[in-house]
Order: sequence, then structure tokens, then C-alpha cells
Amino acid sequence: MATTVPTTHKPLSQKQYNNLWGYLLIAPWLLGFLIFTAGPMLASLVLSFCKYDLHTLEWVGTKNYEILLTRDGGGLFWKSLTNTAIYVLFAVPLGLTGSLLLALLLNQKVKGIALFRTVFYLPSLVPAVASSLVWLWVFHPDAGLLNYGLSRIGIQGPAWLMDENTALASLILMSLWGIGGGRMIIFLAGLQGIPDDLYEAASLDGASVWSKFRHVTLPMLSPTLFFNLVLGVIGSFQVFTSAYIMTGGGPNNATLMYVLYLYNNAFRYFKLGKASAMAWILFLVLLVFTLIQFRQASKWVYYEGGEKE
Amino acid sequence: MSEKNTERLLRWGAFTALCLGAALFSIPFLWTVSTALKTNEQVFAVPPQWIPNPIQWGNFARAWTELPFPAFVINTVIITAISVVGQVLSASLVAYGFARFKFKGRNFFFYLMLSTMMLPAQVTMIPVFLLWRELRLIDTFAPLTIPAFFGGGAFSIFLLRQFFLTIPRELDEAAMLDGASPLTIYSKVLLPLARPALITVTLLSFLAHWDDFMGPLIYLNSMEKYTVSIGLRMFQDMFGTQLELLMAASLIHILPTIILFFIAQRHFIKGVALTGLKG
Repeated sequence: MATTVPTTHKPLSQKQYNNLWGYLLIAPWLLGFLIFTAGPMLASLVLSFCKYDLHTLEWVGTKNYEILLTRDGGGLFWKSLTNTAIYVLFAVPLGLTGSLLLALLLNQKVKGIALFRTVFYLPSLVPAVASSLVWLWVFHPDAGLLNYGLSRIGIQGPAWLMDENTALASLILMSLWGIGGGRMIIFLAGLQGIPDDLYEAASLDGASVWSKFRHVTLPMLSPTLFFNLVLGVIGSFQVFTSAYIMTGGGPNNATLMYVLYLYNNAFRYFKLGKASAMAWILFLVLLVFTLIQFRQASKWVYYEGGEKE
Repeated sequence: MSEKNTERLLRWGAFTALCLGAALFSIPFLWTVSTALKTNEQVFAVPPQWIPNPIQWGNFARAWTELPFPAFVINTVIITAISVVGQVLSASLVAYGFARFKFKGRNFFFYLMLSTMMLPAQVTMIPVFLLWRELRLIDTFAPLTIPAFFGGGAFSIFLLRQFFLTIPRELDEAAMLDGASPLTIYSKVLLPLARPALITVTLLSFLAHWDDFMGPLIYLNSMEKYTVSIGLRMFQDMFGTQLELLMAASLIHILPTIILFFIAQRHFIKGVALTGLKG
């Protein structure tokens, strides 16, 4: 590369040139980061130590946190956190397993593969509000599709979303409709990136189908699995629309999700300080989770060429 | 069992499982379409009647006119269009900066940008709302569109940067020797070659904004500014028991995404796959 670049003005060194254009080009993101991310993060941290209802602002120290963690609305904070943890604990592993299984099936050389891929992918394209309304109707206790199907095989179905014992499970079940979406496609791409000769070598060693999966497919797929796991946990922790539309958090707060409760505090009760404290607790919880996952990763995620990121 | 037999068995097993799964996954769709075409009495009939008789095409017209749905669609189209343009334009410029210029602190900023992907939106939501309120822009499209012009999100930038890195630098250098400025190289060399990645970002951006619920819920108050997702929510409150209308309205919300999928199917699958490869 030439050390100077022709310009009509005074010549810039290569270094100055790179700095000038680099910063100029990333300026939109950098500005956006300051205005919409870094600034607001700081502001919400400060706000979390205040009482603010859009009119009066008052410093209250750690009171918001204390109230949330000890005696908030008869334990609604813990209820929402527990609900969300249960949701994540089931929706993420079930969803990941489902997506992986589907990807393995769609990676076989069977007839009509394009049609299958489309059928499984389409549910993930349905906007969240629309899919919530569709599933609200599927879960209808009397005339809904699910209970009709169950009655055909002699099972009296529960009231699903209207029963506090099954409402949360219903939301988890519904989330599985989307296993054929982006996550599955990413697995599929990962599977197709595994070189054939690894399988051929395993075959020569007399490996069974299972041990090929266990010792070739899984290790080669582990970076993809890790990527989907980390983003899956973060995404599922923020579940909102389905609970808002389908149950509003009920019955008896059985589906009061963390972000729904946060939204209610912020935009229904206008307790903006308390809601900010909730946002920071969520952030810290996710940060800890993500760090744990990254630490664990070195034990099970395999990077080809020994490169660990 | 010989290798060949095992493989055949696997293939048949996979085919059977896929058929069963496909039936299971498409039933909610068929059920929605069927409900949308029934009379209100037929909707609650037990056992359900899968093929409506007579078919109530009028449900769609009624869903379309009971609430100002045409206005909702226009609003959503405007918000989505502006946001998509902002996101694609700014993300590609930023990605170009990260991919081609070795400026001071580049790695730091790149990893900082990536780490924002893991930030839950709720941490910034309230102060950002207060900012728009201070600017007197609540109940306008500004809070839903303007942020897209500031980088367009870490994911789009990352995706485009990865794609730019696969384009040989010699092409830039050749253009530079001809006296092309960086912006010319960006628009004349890189953008035309990055079409697959640009299409992917466009599609993902379209879906995100067409689908967005919490944004409009927080920022839009008056009905004439509602988007389809908020309109649908209002529909649910007003006509909750008229499920045939509610399902028809839901289908109006779903249809554009499905049509887009069939037009751009190839790009969809390829593009989404692209997003995971370097994860």
C-alpha cells in the first residue's frame, strides 16, 4: 500500500487518513451509542436510586432495591422473577433441543425438503401479537382446538391460560411453535459446514449413528449451540408480548413476567425509579448468567484449530 | 445391520417425523384461516367444522372497516419503510468503517458494539422515553424511526462487516488508484457486491419493525397514529368474542410477512444462515 493517498487538500498520512475516515464512518453508531445506550444506561442507574413519577424527582438511596427485594406488593417482584426463571428454564432447553432435532431431520436427504423447511419456518414469521391471538384461541378451554384434539383421544383438557396451574406451561408450549425459525436455520448451516470426511473417517472406524452424532456432530456444532444458548437465554428473559396479550399476567399473577411487571411499573403506575431498579437488576442477572456461560464454554465448546474466543 | 440399511431406515424415520411435525405445525394456521371464514355461531360449534359453509369472505371486509385498519397499515408501512432505509444505510456505512479502516481504538469500539447485543433493552427504555418526552415527540413516529439512523443495531453492523471482509481488498485499492474516494468505493464497489447481506438486513429489519409491539405501545397514544400490532390489540379489547373477525384481522397482520417470505425465500434462508456462521 502507498504511504500517502492523493487528496486535493493538504496531504494526510496513512494513519491520519484511516483515523479520519474510520471515525467519520462509525460516527452514526458512536453518536447513537452515546445518545441511546450509554447516556440512558447511566440515567437509569441514577433513576433507580430516585423516586420519580414524571412530576417530582426525589433521591431515595437504595430504597427501591430494598423494597423490591423484601416486601414489594406482597412479593410480586419475586413472583415475576420466579415465573420468568421457570419460563427460561423450560423454554430455552426445549426450544434448543427442538431446533436441533428439526435441523438434524431437515439435513437428511429426504423428498420435499424445501416444502418442509418452509412449513417449519413460517410460524417464526408470524408477528408476536397475531400469534398470541391465534394461540389464545387454540387454548380456549371449551371451543379451542387443543382441548378438542385431546377430547378426541379421551383426555379432558385443562383450562390452559385460565388456570393458574397451567397458564405458564401454556406460554412455554406456545413458544415451541417457533423452533423452526432463525435458530434452526443457524443449526442447519452449522450442520452443513461439517466436512463429510469426518463422518467418513468415523464410518471407517465402525462408529454407530449415535456415536457419530455424539463425537462428530455435537463437538463440531458446539460453537453454534453456544451462540444460540446465550442469545436464547437473553431473549427468553425478556418475554413480554405473549403474556401482555394472552393473560395480562394472570390468572392470579401466574404469568406475570419480569418485563411485563417492569412495564406496568413504568408505564401504568409511573413508578419510574422502581422500574429502573428492576431494569438494572435484570441487567445484572443477565450479565452474571452470560459470564457463567462464557466460563463454562471452555469446557464444552470446541473451536476448530484450537482457537478459543 | 448394514450401513446402507441403517441409512435407509434413518431416512424413512426422518421423513415420517417430518410429515407428522409439519402437520402439527400447520394446524394452527389452518385453524386460523378456517375460523376467519366462519359465522360467529359456527366458530363455537363443537365438534369444530373445518371447512366453513357458507364461506364468509365478508369477515375480512368487516375486520378491515370495523376499525380504521387501512390507516394502521399505512402508519406501519411508513414507520417500517423509514426505519429499514435508516438501518440499512447507517449500518452499512458503519460496517464499512469497521471493515476497511484501521483507526485508533477500532477493536475496542468493535467489541463495545458487539457487547450491546447482550444488553436488555429495558435498561435504556425509561430514560430514552423521557428524552423523547422532553423533545415533545411522544405520539409521533420519531421515536420509532429516528434511532434506526444511528447505526441500525449491532447485529446488522456485525453481519455487514463480516460480509465486507470477504470482499477482496484489491478491488478497493484498484478503485483508489483511479482516484475514487472512500464514499465512491462504498457505493460503487462494496454495496453492489454485498447484495445478499443487504437483502438479509433489509428483511430482518422489515420483520422487526412490522412486528414491533412494545415500541408503538409506549410511544403512540392517539388511534389515528396506531400501527397494525397496536390496532390488533385494540381490536381484541373491542371485539374479543367475535373470533372470526379477530382471526381475519390477525391474518391481515400476518399476510405481508408471508408474501415477503415467498418472494425472497432464497435470500431469507441463506441470509439467516449467514448470521450464525461466524457467531
